[in-house]
Amino acid sequence: MTTSQHEISDEIAKIQADTPTGAPLLDFAPYRSTRLRHPTKEFQQVDPEGAELLAPVFGHSDVAAAESDLTIGRGGEPIGERIRVHGRVLDGDGRPVRRQLVEIWQANAAGRYSHQGDQHPAPLDPHFTGVGRCLTDDDGWYSFTSIKPGPYPWRNHHNAWRPAHIHFSLFGTDFTQRLITQMYFPGDQLLALDPIAQSITDPAALSRLIATYDHSRSEHEWLLGYRWDIVLTGSHATYLEPSDD
Amino acid sequence: MTEATPGQTVGPFFHHALAFPGDSELVPFGSAGSVVLHGYVYDGAGDPVPDALIEIRQADAAGVVPSTGGSLRRRGARFTGWGRCCTDGAGHYWFSTVEPGLPFFAVTVFARGLLDRLFTRIYLPGASGAVDGLVAAREDDGRLRFDIHLQGPSETVFFKFPRT
Repeated sequence: MTTSQHEISDEIAKIQADTPTGAPLLDFAPYRSTRLRHPTKEFQQVDPEGAELLAPVFGHSDVAAAESDLTIGRGGEPIGERIRVHGRVLDGDGRPVRRQLVEIWQANAAGRYSHQGDQHPAPLDPHFTGVGRCLTDDDGWYSFTSIKPGPYPWRNHHNAWRPAHIHFSLFGTDFTQRLITQMYFPGDQLLALDPIAQSITDPAALSRLIATYDHSRSEHEWLLGYRWDIVLTGSHATYLEPSDD
Repeated sequence: MTEATPGQTVGPFFHHALAFPGDSELVPFGSAGSVVLHGYVYDGAGDPVPDALIEIRQADAAGVVPSTGGSLRRRGARFTGWGRCCTDGAGHYWFSTVEPGLPFFAVTVFARGLLDRLFTRIYLPGASGAVDGLVAAREDDGRLRFDIHLQGPSETVFFKFPRT
């Protein structure tokens, strides 16, 4: 608990100089909880087969349209800066991931999750749970209406703060494309200090987690727009492209 | 190939977003032909991981991997071949499902403190071609048991796939 941000930042800088990687390092000591939770053996390379070749399928029986608006349905307006986050889900070959499930969760404007494990002494918002779902459309587009989440403290080290973020859970067409990640906001000064974000030691790769402000999607006297595109890993079925595409 | 969006940890606060009623019951618990697949998730000190999320993907009993929607609203839905379970305070996960007609359950593992998802497989007992260490044990009551060790002497075999 007595480790300072300065010490954590020094640890991050040393690792980043040695190993720039586009995927997060699982063995990343500045994020203290990784210590006993990162595998140490080499991953075994296998070719996907059977159930690994096919992601689960979701449809309109799974998700109601209203679930993509986190600002409604709770008996009143949540407090905070109203935003829309939209973008496309693409596979590694640049093709849209169609009609697939996107799940999100986030803190409220004060940086507090509607979760019993969150003990941060910031107010809960009775009109905000911070949970949403949608299906991508036929061109891979998703869109959520929400409130800009606040940054919040955590106990990784002294005076540790997570940058504002939205958790995203994504599926592709193959089970092997499964992704859970976090979207960050542009210009957030906490990103450089955050051991979770900085576990992606290649700055170009980390930049792919940062949304851009999208004025074309801001709405007059209503909300601010952000755009964030997501690229999954490659599908193994590239050569099985349906003929009607 | 376009550069993939990197993963990040699922964090500690995913339960209210990702859990849903019936998430771990691919078929109703106790129904005819069902089997329980369960186990514990452990860290490198052998302590349970109470904030992990396990997902499975599998074929049906006839060996067909379903492309059927309805996992999130299972009542009355057909078998979808996908389920999700948050570990409890003891690190325990469980699924009520059928034994797949193909030799393994495909598995993804997420947890607080784990910066990206892990892939593994759980093979049925006696499956031919099983990867060493990834075979479920058949318990006396018929349940299938498979523990996941994120680290340590019993560390689970995790996979990488081409193009990931």
